[in-house]
Amino acid sequence: MTRREFLKNTLRLTGALAMAGSAIEILKPDSVFSARPSDVRWVFLVDTYKCVGCGMCVRACKLENEVPYDANVTRTWVERYVLTKDGRLLADSPKGARDGFISPRIDLGMGEYREIRPEEIEKAFFVPKLCNQCENPPCVQVCPVGATYQASDGVVLVDRKWCIGCGYCIMACPYGVRFFHPVYKVAEKCNFCYHRINKGLKPACVLACPFDARRIGNIKDPDDPVTKVITKERVSVLKDEYGTKPQVYYIGLSKEVR
Amino acid sequence: MSDILSTLLGNPVVHGEEWTLKELFVYPNEYIYWSIQIVMYPFMTGLVAGAFVLSSLYHVFGMKQLKDMARFSLVFSFALLFVAPMPLLFHLQQPLRGIHVFMTPHFTSAIAAFGVVFSTYGAIVASELWFVYRKYFVQTSQRLRNKMDRTLPETIKYLVTTILTLGSYDISEKALQRDERAVKILAGVGIPVACFLHGYAGFIFGSVKANALWMTPLMPVIFIMSAIVSGIALCMLTYIITMELRRLRASRPGIPYHLREEIKGVELNEIRMTSRYLIFFMIFAISLELLDLVFRGYTAVKSWDVLRSVIYGKDFTNIFILQYTVGNLIPFISLLIPGLTIRRAVVTLLLVLFGVFMMRWNVVIGGQSFSLSFSGYMHYHLPIIPHNIETFKEGLAGMLVILVMPFVLFWILTKIFPVFEFKEGH
Amino acid sequence: MHVLRPLFVFLAFVGIVLMARFLYVPADFGIHERGYMYGWHRKSNEEEWKQVRVKYQGMEYCSGCHPDKNKALRESPHRIIQCENCHGPAIEHPSEPLKLSIDRSRELCLRCHTYLPYPTSNRSNIKGIDPERHNPGIECFMCHNPHKPGPGR
Repeated sequence: MTRREFLKNTLRLTGALAMAGSAIEILKPDSVFSARPSDVRWVFLVDTYKCVGCGMCVRACKLENEVPYDANVTRTWVERYVLTKDGRLLADSPKGARDGFISPRIDLGMGEYREIRPEEIEKAFFVPKLCNQCENPPCVQVCPVGATYQASDGVVLVDRKWCIGCGYCIMACPYGVRFFHPVYKVAEKCNFCYHRINKGLKPACVLACPFDARRIGNIKDPDDPVTKVITKERVSVLKDEYGTKPQVYYIGLSKEVR
Repeated sequence: MSDILSTLLGNPVVHGEEWTLKELFVYPNEYIYWSIQIVMYPFMTGLVAGAFVLSSLYHVFGMKQLKDMARFSLVFSFALLFVAPMPLLFHLQQPLRGIHVFMTPHFTSAIAAFGVVFSTYGAIVASELWFVYRKYFVQTSQRLRNKMDRTLPETIKYLVTTILTLGSYDISEKALQRDERAVKILAGVGIPVACFLHGYAGFIFGSVKANALWMTPLMPVIFIMSAIVSGIALCMLTYIITMELRRLRASRPGIPYHLREEIKGVELNEIRMTSRYLIFFMIFAISLELLDLVFRGYTAVKSWDVLRSVIYGKDFTNIFILQYTVGNLIPFISLLIPGLTIRRAVVTLLLVLFGVFMMRWNVVIGGQSFSLSFSGYMHYHLPIIPHNIETFKEGLAGMLVILVMPFVLFWILTKIFPVFEFKEGH
Repeated sequence: MHVLRPLFVFLAFVGIVLMARFLYVPADFGIHERGYMYGWHRKSNEEEWKQVRVKYQGMEYCSGCHPDKNKALRESPHRIIQCENCHGPAIEHPSEPLKLSIDRSRELCLRCHTYLPYPTSNRSNIKGIDPERHNPGIECFMCHNPHKPGPGR
């Protein structure tokens, strides 16, 4: 065998192996169909009675997770719902409540506000929102490249080095929790402060909440106080009609909440 | 200067904030993320699919009247094929990573099908073109090979055609018959693939359960029908333009008058024939769209309140005036009135294209003009004058680039594939 | 047979893509715990997320060096508020004390203490003021001590 032939054959062999390897990687049946269980499943519990709309959670989240403070996007936010006696629903979340709610005026968008007198109000409350880390995350289903995925503990993560920035996941999320990170230019979302919960710390928003309105727990641990509330008390979730099986549970959710 | 530079190099701007205005209650992260380029994307793939279906009508079903049109629309479809992914690249926040769609495709995503369907379709169109023009490649290559004093363009032409023969110089009668059979098969296989290519573009939208306006199983079918409509219209239009140019050339002194009249006759005949197919597909497209609208109103699920306020309120002009009246009804009537002239055809075809474009606009932008909260609205303002890379790519400028591209590519392709001069073959 | 030549070209193209894939895609990219639908990803990315720097340290961490402040605060209604809510994340504080910001703004206090009459919400149970009438333009700490809240001093 001449040197030339040897090189040629080596090249051929490498090519063939590479092709075969790639094909097998795509079609590995056992791993395609099986989801392996894990002993941790992170869930979240929000008590809307306790929330006062101070927005400390939003502020802490932005600083902890390096989402540009002045950019009008946020991983978590707080909504205000005001129902008037004449049956009108007014809701707002100025800057995602990064600065809390320090005025009774409702932000109507397009630079308009509405003053509400106390005697007009029938009921009013705050609802914190964050990623629901759905059991069936539609955002993951639609990612064309496998840049967003669900970890074995249920948290949905985004691979900043692999995301192409098509925005399909943003479109697919019924809760509007995703956005493009203004600096990294890739999809961004709440991940329950993955770096903190894996070190035994609470997420920044949970830590910052003075009123215990936000809690995190492991639904697979029956002794977890959050698990006990979710399993033994009356809780609800947002928009279950989409079949996403959201894993952020709410106490005191009202029918007006969108 | 440094100010402009820093803006261009990506100041932390929130994607979507520059062209979105929010009204009433909209979630903080909601913006119009899918903007003009995502309107252009289904519009362009629609043109690809439509042009191909038109060419196949001749090759597969043997509609002889379309013969001249068939070869032309096949080449045009090929030109459009390269333009179709461009809006996506313009839209991506990480365009350099676009290749990931081929590297790690995730087939539960409709977009991931892009890599496979697009390549398959591209291969089919390219092969079909190869069979159609094989004889020409071989003849040109052989003619130029023996030529002693080749000019530079001739040398380039020689090299290109020689490569394009793919090493096969057999142009015997038998071989050419095989070619013809292959073209027929490819054109036949190509129709479902072209429909799939565009159907899945509809599926991208129709399967987004979070979006109340998009989510309907009719979406892929609606997209295919309007795709064919727009494809046929664009082919007819481009055909008219090229024929008029030929007439202009034929009117130079020294060329017999009757040739000019001949071209005109062929042109008018071809346009009248094709317009019948256009009407046929328009009826399908409009019926499906109306069915969708009626069904939504009749079933009136939770989202209907906000959808109604968008369809009959905020987007009324866009949907009922621009899309249905100007883009559908007027051209439809115009095509039905007998005695179609070239001038009327041009206006009608432009309106048809505009109507399909507005349909894409109303789906893509309209689907994002209300909040996921169903209690607020978003207004889209197309960036006209770009002041950073984002407003260039996803603004009027980027849109115009995409619109001009197919014609540039078509012009280049006609240098390789003679669309009009080549009279032999089938 | 010449008819098959385009097919060969196509197969060569597919081969090139597969080879490129072999070279380009990280080895740990694949189907992981949650199956192909939800678990198709680059495994090492999970570790990358776990390695993100923690900024907020929590009250116990602060009391390690400031037990006095912590003790005083424990007796006040503000004991439920994390030090870092007003003083900023503590991460760089021990090494660079000057980096700690203190938010003394009126707006910070108003986050809870603008009175909002919201039945069914805890907000209406907090002592609050109308910011437009209650000494507008003056910072709250001029009269009130956030570590020992109560009527003005």
